[in-house]
Amino acid sequence: MNDPGTSSSRPITGWLNRLRESSFLPKRYRKLRRNIILLMLFVTIVPLSLLAVTNAIQYQKNILDQRVTPMRSVVSKATHSFELFLEERLSAIKFISASYSFDALSDPNTLNRIFRILRENYGGYVDLGLIDGRGIQVSYAGPYDLLNKDYSNQQWFREVQIRGIFVSEVFMGYREFPHIALAIQHLTDDGRFWVLRATMETQKFNNLISAMGLDPLSDAFLINKKGILQTDSRFYGKVLSELPLHITPGEAGTRVKEDVDALGHKVILVYSPLIKHDFTLVMVIPRTLIFQSWQTLKREMSYLYLISMLLIALVTFGSTHLLVKRIREADEKREAAFRELEYNQKLSSIGRLAAGVAHEINNPLSIINEKAGLIKDLVERDMHHDTAKLMRTVNPILQSVSRCRNITHRLLGFARRIGVQYEMLSINEVMVETLGFLEKEALYRNIHIENRLDENIPMISSDRGQLQQVFLNILTNAFSAVTDGGRVVITTREPDANTVAISIQDNGHGMSESTVRQIFEPFFTTKQGYGTGLGLSITYGIVKKLGGEIKVQSREGEGSIFTVYLPKKAPGDQNE
Amino acid sequence: MSELRILLVDDEEEFVTTLAERLEIRGFAPQTATDGEQALEMIKNNDYDVIVLDLMMPGLNGLDVLQRIKRRTPDLPVILLTGHGSTREGMEGMRHGAFDYLMKPLDIDELITKLHEAVKEKKE
Repeated sequence: MNDPGTSSSRPITGWLNRLRESSFLPKRYRKLRRNIILLMLFVTIVPLSLLAVTNAIQYQKNILDQRVTPMRSVVSKATHSFELFLEERLSAIKFISASYSFDALSDPNTLNRIFRILRENYGGYVDLGLIDGRGIQVSYAGPYDLLNKDYSNQQWFREVQIRGIFVSEVFMGYREFPHIALAIQHLTDDGRFWVLRATMETQKFNNLISAMGLDPLSDAFLINKKGILQTDSRFYGKVLSELPLHITPGEAGTRVKEDVDALGHKVILVYSPLIKHDFTLVMVIPRTLIFQSWQTLKREMSYLYLISMLLIALVTFGSTHLLVKRIREADEKREAAFRELEYNQKLSSIGRLAAGVAHEINNPLSIINEKAGLIKDLVERDMHHDTAKLMRTVNPILQSVSRCRNITHRLLGFARRIGVQYEMLSINEVMVETLGFLEKEALYRNIHIENRLDENIPMISSDRGQLQQVFLNILTNAFSAVTDGGRVVITTREPDANTVAISIQDNGHGMSESTVRQIFEPFFTTKQGYGTGLGLSITYGIVKKLGGEIKVQSREGEGSIFTVYLPKKAPGDQNE
Repeated sequence: MSELRILLVDDEEEFVTTLAERLEIRGFAPQTATDGEQALEMIKNNDYDVIVLDLMMPGLNGLDVLQRIKRRTPDLPVILLTGHGSTREGMEGMRHGAFDYLMKPLDIDELITKLHEAVKEKKE
């Protein structure tokens, strides 16, 4: 059937068909589908998303801890190395100041010798000078002509008088090399003082930083408390330039801070201030380096998340579509089954009538048969000239035909389609017509039918065929409840301005309370073996369909009363 | 052959009287009854060769009448008439001693054949 050429478009057509189908879906199914989809998406996507977000946050935190901890220790160790280094250099100067007198050091030869030994053993020293209490450099060993230079107005000279030692910030020396100055104040026993001052290249700082073993993307450097670089940085400028990152050193101890540098890179700062000195060692690690594994994981997780979402959505939509379709099919099947049952029940009530009707029709037919036979006999025997006799014979034939016609009309009215057709009718008339079906049975079983019909009852708008079925069902039940010679009372009345009521009362065996409760349920029957259990449930359905109500009162052994209340106006018909 | 004395029992008067008339034309001597009580009374007072009895009658129904006839005069043949489209009632009647049954509406020739058969069997 399918042209192979169009096979590729088949899924699309299928999908379109489904779409078209769904747009024809009645509103309640669409609503049902929408609610199920929303609920299912909510209960799947919300926890999944929560889980994903919590996991991501937790994982990032873990990764940071995991990667930063070793860095903290590296920074902490390096800081300690710096402290040791400075302490060592200061100790050397301190030792000299303690070992020699002012006078000894004032001798340029002695100072030069000490300076030589210092350079040989420690390296990096540029010069060494002795400054007296007035701030005048009285002795100097080094490459520059700084003898008799007056330091009395300089900041460091005042500071060394207060703290006893002084370590300068890095500055550019005369040879364009970064230097620091170290100074020690020596107090003499007579209360005077002198200062020993040494200048040192900071090449050694770089060695200490290299010893940290940084990877090529990370950076480490020393800054002073104003944020000026004290060593060269790989990415943030040369020595003495200002660091484009903001760091508040604070108290001793290693700290971690996340920041964004001037180039917009996210970085992790690990830093620690040197104890006793105004330097802070800073390590800068690009965030991407730390979160490299996280980035990969994040990408994979995002794909997984998106695929899960897609799958959830597909499964939700698909299964809901299927579910709603099944529900709808089941509903339709049930409706169809119920219609069929209703139809079967109607057929079965017609079947129950058939026996009685056959007899009723057979009687007039027998009369016609005999009368016609008689006429034939007379004609054959040439005795047909008595016109009066012929007329006497023909009239009963016509009467019998009329009797048959009544019966067939009643049957036709009863067997009409199930659909409701409203017309103005008198319930008394419908009741009398329906009783016609049962007259013979009443006669043969000697059942007394008492009609208490209200002659002034108004016409109502209802369906004749349906009402006949309702009355017939209730009357048949009444007939099977009573014994031969029993009694059935039929009453019509007008309980209020909008309603008419029909009561059918019998003095039969009655019903127990539990039976009364179940009486309108489908397939409930007390006539085991030959009842369908549908008669009253369908009766109930019809009465409801006609906008009416049906009530039962019953007492075991005393009989039952079925009352049908019908609206005068057809349901949904307010204008009439 | 002498005239057969027949009693026709049916609640429809038009039916029995006409049937009687047709049988008369054919040389029978029929009498009619329109209910069970009347029929039993007539059987008690007269001598019939055969009874034609409708099963479905108000008051005393056909089956009751048949049983009473059989109790009193077991040799009197009874032909049943049934208005129902089924043979169930007819078979039921034959179990109670009826000679045969016929469905309504009747075929007069069939009835006459049955009447003769019933009388013939009675004589044997």
